[in-house]
Amino acid sequence: MKKNVFAFLVVLMLGWAAYASFFVAPTENTMGVIQRIFYLHMPSAIVAFCAFLTTFVANLLYVFRRQNRWDWLAVSAAEVGLAYITVVLITGPIWAHPVWGIWWTWDARLTSTFVLWLLYVSYLLLRTLIEDPHRRALASAVYGIFAFLDVPLVHMSIRWWRTQHPQPVLMGGPGTGLDPQMKIVLLYSFIALLSLMIFLVRQRYELEALRGEADALRREAEAA
Amino acid sequence: MKNLDSVFAAYMVGWGVFLLYQLTVSRRLTSLRDEIEQLRISLKREK
Repeated sequence: MKKNVFAFLVVLMLGWAAYASFFVAPTENTMGVIQRIFYLHMPSAIVAFCAFLTTFVANLLYVFRRQNRWDWLAVSAAEVGLAYITVVLITGPIWAHPVWGIWWTWDARLTSTFVLWLLYVSYLLLRTLIEDPHRRALASAVYGIFAFLDVPLVHMSIRWWRTQHPQPVLMGGPGTGLDPQMKIVLLYSFIALLSLMIFLVRQRYELEALRGEADALRREAEAA
Repeated sequence: MKNLDSVFAAYMVGWGVFLLYQLTVSRRLTSLRDEIEQLRISLKREK
């Protein structure tokens, strides 16, 4: 029941965020209507970082405590984070094409984001290659800790190097900033997408916990 | 309203990815619950 109420609230928030992105946020002067992709693109990137941070913390906790629940949380957040970063990699080129005249360029921000996507695809692939659950959990935890190093690199890439990707609009220093109404819509989209992430991670965690239960029952059935 | 089609495309694909992912997790959950139920029934019979 509680889960259904939360799911309903998430759908409502996402609906309102989409409405606000199209009808409440003002049209940007230079880029025009295409800039509205910003309200999906940027919050998706921040939420992906939150998911990967969850994976990183859960991986550390697994290494030190060796409890299955941390492994389950790590893989759940990694998979959800991957869905978000996929959205970032799709919406980015759709936005870039009319503005830059190209779909893609190998600059520091875009390349490091693509590498991040590859790192977490590899994280999930690695888990399919090891059969023993404890070895799988430990190997993926160690790999996941190192994979997370790319997240601060993606975040800082537009500050450290000259890129085709625009400079940060939030906390970017003097000369940068966002219209107050745009900021509110951005914040609202972020909250809606973060709520969706929490919902998806919870659902995915339940799947991983059930897998553990199914494995135990299978072993029991084989032994009987 | 130049590029409005691109904005719609971006939102459609974005929401599509989330929806598709949610559906695959739901389907995996349903089939795993069924499998657990079957395993429990067969274990009960053996006992």
